[in-house]
Amino acid sequence: MNIPDELCYTKEHEWARMEGDLCVVGITDYAQGELGDIVYVELPEPGTSVDIMGEFGVVESVKTASDLYSPIAGEIVEINDELADSPELVNDSPYDEGWMLKIRPSNLDEDWETLLDAEGYKAVVAESGEH
Amino acid sequence: MQLKHTPLYATHVAAGARIVPFAGWEMPVQYEGVIAEHQAVRNAIGLFDISHMGILDFAGEGVNAFLDGILTNKVSDLAENQIRYSLICRPDGGVLDDVLIYRLPTHYRLVVNASNTDKIVDWLEHQNATQHWSIEVAVKNSSLALLAVQGPGATPLLQDMIGAAADLAAVRYYRGTQVPFLGQTITATRTGYTGEDGFELFVPADDAEEAWHALLEKGAPHGIKPVGLGARDTLRLEAGLPLYGHELDDATSPFDAGLQKFVRFRNRQFIGKEALLEERRMGPDRELIGLELIDRGIAREGTLVVVDGEDVGVVTSGTFSPTLQKAIAIANVETGTALVGSTLHVRVRADLRKARVVALPFYQRPR
Repeated sequence: MNIPDELCYTKEHEWARMEGDLCVVGITDYAQGELGDIVYVELPEPGTSVDIMGEFGVVESVKTASDLYSPIAGEIVEINDELADSPELVNDSPYDEGWMLKIRPSNLDEDWETLLDAEGYKAVVAESGEH
Repeated sequence: MQLKHTPLYATHVAAGARIVPFAGWEMPVQYEGVIAEHQAVRNAIGLFDISHMGILDFAGEGVNAFLDGILTNKVSDLAENQIRYSLICRPDGGVLDDVLIYRLPTHYRLVVNASNTDKIVDWLEHQNATQHWSIEVAVKNSSLALLAVQGPGATPLLQDMIGAAADLAAVRYYRGTQVPFLGQTITATRTGYTGEDGFELFVPADDAEEAWHALLEKGAPHGIKPVGLGARDTLRLEAGLPLYGHELDDATSPFDAGLQKFVRFRNRQFIGKEALLEERRMGPDRELIGLELIDRGIAREGTLVVVDGEDVGVVTSGTFSPTLQKAIAIANVETGTALVGSTLHVRVRADLRKARVVALPFYQRPR
């Protein structure tokens, strides 16, 4: 399972990465593996505001539906339109082509402090696996 | 509760399957992925371990009459090696289980849902005692494995492995045969739960692992894949086949679920007959319908079905159909509220989404 060192994570299995002044968000390799074949990704319209750990959408696999939570607060400025027709990109490339949102942060410094680093997220995954 | 393991459990773990608890068993839900496994069954061959299904064998004087008094479908006129689908109902007509009854050359066999095995054994023992039969019911799951080989390539593969000893193409749907397989004589039946052609094999538990590996090896050039419970569910849903606990339960009658052709009234008595005769006279107040979502999203079990602002029913099973590439669902609705071809709404996460009522099944194999 791939947990890149350079990303930050939530306990709910989203990842976040700064690109310039925008925060790119997606779900982790572990999350896509647990969900199995992803068949729909529901994302909000650009321009929507989102709270830290606020629900921003839903990912549906054949087996189950799972809510998506924003790692940081801000305004959603772009969504990955490719996922409407190719939701399997989240399975195939969760950290790259399967990205979901770009957010303009409203409270970046404080919000970023709440995120896990790769080591912290590995511990979350290890704990999930014991269930 | 200690979860049970089929004789193939270690094989599934070694193959990297994802294991989940299911009806008291630890079972593989997927190996490679639900969609890839589903497509293997539709286009090539899928191999399933369904040894968790309850396998009950009967012995004793009058077994035929005993079973005929319990099953809604007729048992007494089964030919040797013939199989029938049937319901087992309570006196009020509620469905206790849906089963297959087999008349094997030496005895009768019932295959029941894993989730209902204990309940059905108790029910049979209760009838046995209170109606003064002396029938012996033996659960065979510790000595038998049950494998399903399904898909367009299934019969040719099995024929190739069996050789000239039997002509599988001549075995009709819902019939069985005893054939040599890897040095044993086994019962193979032309049955399944996928909407495809294929066979189900009763294999001695000690030989299950060898049979599993032999089938995967011989089937490899033909695209065989092991298939877990995830794809078993999407396959049966596309084929419009009910699953106990979803389309059927003890508050649902065979008529509510559109299964009236598996209730045979003439010249026989069985538990539930009076209530079901009355229901036939009145007409069922519920029916199962097929839905295809027009809007995005999946209407999963429990989703409300809405017609003209009124709740008329509830989704009993819903998934993404890998064959149709759209979301499908079976729903239990008030009779006559949702006609085939009409559009209605389903309430997915507080949103009303558009769906089309379609005829069941969603998928029929090309013949």
